[in-house]
Amino acid sequence: MDQFIVQILNGLDKGSAYALIALGLTLIFGTLGVVNFAHGALFMLGSFCAVIMSRILSASHKVAVPGETDFLGNPLMRDQPYVYDWFGEAAGATIVDWAVPISILFAIPVMIGVGFIMERGLIKHFYKRPHADQILVTFALAIVLQEVIKYFFGANPIQTPAPEAFDGSLDFGSWLGFDPLTIMYPYWRLVYFLFAALIIAGVFAFLQFTTFGMVVRAGMADRETVGLLGIDIDKRFTLMFGIAAAVAGLAGVMYAPIVAPNYHMGMDFLVLSFVVVVVGGMGSLPGAVAAGFLLGILESFASMPWMVDKLPGINQIIIYLVAIIILLTRPRGLMGRKGVMED
Amino acid sequence: MLGLNKNDTTLFLVVLGLTLLAPFILNPFPEGTGMAQFNAGYPDLMQRFVIFGIFAIGFNILFGLTGYLSFGHAAFLGVGSYAAIWSLKLFTLDVIPAIIFAIILAGAFSLLVGFISLRRSGIYFSILTLAFAQMSYALAYSVLTPLTGGETGLQIKGTDTPLLSNVAEGEIGRANFLGMEMGSGFDWAAGGWAFTFNLGYYIAAVAMLIAFYLSIRIFRSPFGIMLRAVKSNQQRMNYTGLSPKPYTLAAFVISGMYAGLAGGLMVAMDTQVGPERMFWTASGEVVIMTILGGAGTLLGPVLGAGFIKYFENIVSKINKDILHNWFAFLPDGFEDVMVSLVYPFVGKGWHLTLGIMFMLVVIFLPGGLVEGGQRLMGLFRRKSKSSEADEADGTEPAE
Repeated sequence: MDQFIVQILNGLDKGSAYALIALGLTLIFGTLGVVNFAHGALFMLGSFCAVIMSRILSASHKVAVPGETDFLGNPLMRDQPYVYDWFGEAAGATIVDWAVPISILFAIPVMIGVGFIMERGLIKHFYKRPHADQILVTFALAIVLQEVIKYFFGANPIQTPAPEAFDGSLDFGSWLGFDPLTIMYPYWRLVYFLFAALIIAGVFAFLQFTTFGMVVRAGMADRETVGLLGIDIDKRFTLMFGIAAAVAGLAGVMYAPIVAPNYHMGMDFLVLSFVVVVVGGMGSLPGAVAAGFLLGILESFASMPWMVDKLPGINQIIIYLVAIIILLTRPRGLMGRKGVMED
Repeated sequence: MLGLNKNDTTLFLVVLGLTLLAPFILNPFPEGTGMAQFNAGYPDLMQRFVIFGIFAIGFNILFGLTGYLSFGHAAFLGVGSYAAIWSLKLFTLDVIPAIIFAIILAGAFSLLVGFISLRRSGIYFSILTLAFAQMSYALAYSVLTPLTGGETGLQIKGTDTPLLSNVAEGEIGRANFLGMEMGSGFDWAAGGWAFTFNLGYYIAAVAMLIAFYLSIRIFRSPFGIMLRAVKSNQQRMNYTGLSPKPYTLAAFVISGMYAGLAGGLMVAMDTQVGPERMFWTASGEVVIMTILGGAGTLLGPVLGAGFIKYFENIVSKINKDILHNWFAFLPDGFEDVMVSLVYPFVGKGWHLTLGIMFMLVVIFLPGGLVEGGQRLMGLFRRKSKSSEADEADGTEPAE
């Protein structure tokens, strides 16, 4: 039983990342009808927002350490981040330590801007072109984005630690009455899951309870009629693209402490998130979220030792296997809407 | 000639000439000069040109004609490679049976994958093929290690004693063609130039010519017309009482066999194979080649394959020193500025150039390089025509 819970917990954080990326993909597909292969690259950009922010915050200059000299008799110099000067030693150290959460504030405007530029500058011209063209051009854009990142940040993963307060693990089992130390769950992964749940809830609430969201939903259902009612639906869809980009970016920011950001992490996630979207059903937001968590948890169940003993290799292929079975038996995915890309 | 019409015969002869004379054409610069690094006429790279040409020609039969975008074609290439290496290890060191096995096994595997994947179309088809390819990759990497050698892959070892070849105990067998080793050939130095003629390359080249000829025949056949019908309007095809499924499946299997041929040839040239050959980026590469060259055209895929492999092997080798040499004629400050402007796009950054070019092609030239060429030709033709017309207007006496 405790093994069972451990696997569910392990699946949650990966599932959260899948769900967030798939949510963004589905938002874009549902509103603009564009298959965005650059979405993984947006996730990667988000991750690098965290890297950039932590570099900005720890930008430092040399100061002399009072009362100490090096072996030549000169005053001993050490690096001191500028934030130490501005906010004092203690507050400065906290700010540097909390770089990743702080970069959320930085990532939101950046990612919305990137999404806006992408939509207005490139994707706008591809609405009328076939899906294959959209796939290809966004795939090319993803290559360009990741190569630009590689040029500036190099090919090696960059460690971006979480705040110290989240080091260590939560002894989850003792809460539920199991023996202590049987079910451990790192705090940061818990944070990630809660954060993902918050964002997902936020996006759904935005679409469900605001007038803007209502118009967007109406536009998703019938774009022309909304246009005929005198609403500039294109403008709202552009903003939705920005929001989708921001969702992917935030997923990336918070994922940086879990997997050190590298330039090709977007591509690694992209393939799986497409599988997630298709399993959930093209154009269905709840489907994307549900499938994200479902596949994340399935993946972690499949990597349990006794599972791998019985069916060797199952942990490597489970997601694809599930995708194939679902696509062949449920043409619309788990919760796909009728009439959306059914052929 | 050979059942081709006049235009196709010309095209085929041009490709034939270019392929057979490639050691000359790709080595235009004398040895030892600054430009010699742009020479692509060494066997390893020439082999890659034609092998990836075959791969892209095959992919184009599926994507160019039927419009089904497969994101998992590298799996068939990988299966072909594994089949070929096992034939070399167990059966005979001659490459011909190895290549035949590769084609057959890749064909059988693509029949299975195609039969399942073709139940859906559009993006679902792409995801299904991608899923199959990723599964094959993951399995080849982990569970099927006894068959595939896992991460290290397979090579011919001293312990292999093929059934029909005489290999002494402990000797590492080499792939051959009727007893001639693949690496054999001769060098010819003429003046400052050095040309290499390599048996392996010519075997691959002949295979590509056959593949190219078959693809022309497929494009022009009633079967090819049916495939185009699948692309343009499946519903109308259904209404006329034809089922698209067998045609698309046949196209899928044919392109899978082309991929198998390419995989078999790769092993014949360089007797080793690893699972990374089946990774999805490898499938993405053949998609890029075909689109860049021009999907649905005869010559496009070959052009695209050559173009990308040239970039990968030549442009990626340009480093800062070479750039400094190029811009040495500029004043000092400008030289550094130019080098730092150009450097991100060459050398290790060649993927960036490739990505940008790919984007530009998809945006502005949906027909790829071939369409670009045609437009240029058209531009010149129209210009010369209009200038003739102008002259004609000018010489006409005014009323």
